[in-house]
Amino acid sequence: MGREQQQQAAYTVEQLVAVNPYNPDILTDLENYVNEQVSSQTYSLDANLCLLRLYQFEPGRMSVPIVVRILIKALMAMPATDFSLCLFLIPEQVQMEEQIKTLIVLSHYLETARFRQFWEEAAKNRSTLEVVPGFEQAIQGYAIHVLSLTYQKVPRPVTAEAINIEGLSLDKFLEYHVANSGWVLEKGHSRSQLMVLPRNEFNHPELKKNTVDGMPFEHVTRIFPILS
Amino acid sequence: MASSYDYDDGSLESRYGRPPSAGHGGASTDLSYDPNFVPDSVKTFVVHLYRHIREKNVYEIHQMYEGSFQRLSDRMFRDNPWPSVEAIAPYVDNDHVFCLLYREMWFRHVYARLSPTGRQRVESWDNYCSLFGVVLHGVVNMQLPNQWLWDMVDEFVYQFQSFCQYRAKLKSKTEEELQLLQQYDQAWNVYGVLNYLQALVEKSAIIEILEREKEGLEQFTATDGYDYEGGTSNVLKMLGYYSMIGLLRVHCLLGDYHTGLKCLAPIDISQQGVYNVVIGSHISTIYHYGFANLMLRRYAEAIREFNKILLYILKFKQYHQKSPQYDQILKKNEQMYALLAICLSLCPQINLVEENVNSQLRDKYNEKMTKMLRYDDEAYAVYDELFTYACPKFITPSAPVLEEPLTNYNQDAYRLQLKLFLYEVKQQQLLSGVRSFLKLYSTISIGKLAAYMEVDEPTLRTILMTYKHKMHAVDSDGKIIPNADLDYYISEDIVHVVESKPIKRYSDYFLRQVLKFEEMISELDRIKLD
Repeated sequence: MGREQQQQAAYTVEQLVAVNPYNPDILTDLENYVNEQVSSQTYSLDANLCLLRLYQFEPGRMSVPIVVRILIKALMAMPATDFSLCLFLIPEQVQMEEQIKTLIVLSHYLETARFRQFWEEAAKNRSTLEVVPGFEQAIQGYAIHVLSLTYQKVPRPVTAEAINIEGLSLDKFLEYHVANSGWVLEKGHSRSQLMVLPRNEFNHPELKKNTVDGMPFEHVTRIFPILS
Repeated sequence: MASSYDYDDGSLESRYGRPPSAGHGGASTDLSYDPNFVPDSVKTFVVHLYRHIREKNVYEIHQMYEGSFQRLSDRMFRDNPWPSVEAIAPYVDNDHVFCLLYREMWFRHVYARLSPTGRQRVESWDNYCSLFGVVLHGVVNMQLPNQWLWDMVDEFVYQFQSFCQYRAKLKSKTEEELQLLQQYDQAWNVYGVLNYLQALVEKSAIIEILEREKEGLEQFTATDGYDYEGGTSNVLKMLGYYSMIGLLRVHCLLGDYHTGLKCLAPIDISQQGVYNVVIGSHISTIYHYGFANLMLRRYAEAIREFNKILLYILKFKQYHQKSPQYDQILKKNEQMYALLAICLSLCPQINLVEENVNSQLRDKYNEKMTKMLRYDDEAYAVYDELFTYACPKFITPSAPVLEEPLTNYNQDAYRLQLKLFLYEVKQQQLLSGVRSFLKLYSTISIGKLAAYMEVDEPTLRTILMTYKHKMHAVDSDGKIIPNADLDYYISEDIVHVVESKPIKRYSDYFLRQVLKFEEMISELDRIKLD
């Protein structure tokens, strides 16, 4: 019953954002929706941007804890640029708040692939980040994404640092990905372990479909009269 | 840093770029101005315009709107407003809608040539509310030229932006002006502006019309939005269409680029459409679309669109030399070159830029672009300068706090966007170093590259990953699209560089030549027969 009600409410909020977004009355609904996204591990960029906009229109009603939650959710959406999109809408004084400053630093580390520093800083700010479940997994997903863009074969220590898992847990993690995501474990030189990441067009540029010399069909139809 | 940013608004460099006629005292209104005096030429003007509107003679309306109105303004109303609407009303049967239209033009003239007072700003808002109210009720029966309808929406957003600037400069306000702001706090309220634009989009059902057109069930683009046979009004439809562009613009002013692009989404800018019939709307659309993409880090997309429009302006600007929008066109042209320079410095994809556009770009910004590639303090100063010159005039939408101490906060929004933009530039600081080194090698070990770049190996790995991350943007569907010209992958310890060579587009070339020669041959055939 609770779950259904939740689904009903979410449906209505999304509808509100689509149909009547420029309306101060929906502010509380949007705030509740943020909390719901946090607890049910869902995410809606449009609804959160709508709320940040309304905060812009009525700065007196801004709630820093809600903004913090939105920003954490946005971080979890990386590599999408959601975090910057949210920052564009948050006034400078609010960005000076401690928690938000921390999040900006964390985002900086993630954007520049400084994973070691990121996990260190994240550990120091566990209290802020614990509020949103699923944070760690989301960032690990992002780290894997960046690794997949860059590496065909990545050494074990690099992976460990990126996803902040070591030892036995790392072995288990790798086993899972070998079984489900097409990873392969190999031996590199200096007898270290290597992860061979699945082939995609980013770490195997030769796989990039060469669409440059393709032509839209409509253009070809133009010369049909001549060819006949 | 914000030195060269000129928010000086309501002044005469703002809209049409026409300076005041020199030699007149500089007073915003001539003391001999009598709002009730209607010169004969104005009388003829309104009578004819009224008749043409009633007869739905769109061509004549356009001629009068673009031509006669400007000529009369130039000749007789350089420093004064036009006669008041009450004075001309008797000549047009006191027609309510015509009076609203006349007033809209009246205010636009004041904004363009004079400095609107606070009270005039509020009155203009009321006029727009009445005008849009009438249109939204669906009782309008006219067909107006697209140029006029676009100008209405464009001006509406512009006056909103202008009001926000005006409202944010509290320090130099008189007691009277502050009173006015407090009393009329509904005027140019951000909710009102957004809701009117939204209402126009919805009531006109323009999105459904565009959808149905894709399936061939509706004629819209083919007739430029007019209804030649049925004669039904095009006003609501076109206002709805242009309001989508208006919404994109307002969202850019607020810093919400994602939503702005969503508002524009129903219009397919990869195709010809009604948006490029009126050159003003074409330029405004692409300018804001490109800017939003730049802030969303979709550099390649921004470069592509800027390239197309700059090429278009290059080819066709000569035809608009006499038009009142010419100065605006030139201004936007320059701004887009600046934005293009920024995009190319962050994402060197010179192959996306057409030759003529490229040579113009080099003429204007060659030195600056070299500086920007260096990523030192001087580079940031150049990024700052170009961004400031080319960005939209961001606004603070919330109501002013009218208690002591009064401050000017009109630059706050702009400063925030600039700061975040430069922050992004800074994050890409080390990438140009990587690029220049990797251009020289097809494979290189991480150790060696780290030594050349004078960083340690772990740092180098993070730099290489950052490059990959920054050069792959996420588009609106969540797909990853590569932006870079230089690509690589790492296998354990070795970096393998893959450079995408510019591919000769044989098929395109052959296609164009086939069509060209066919045309020539048929021409020659025709001559023989003569």
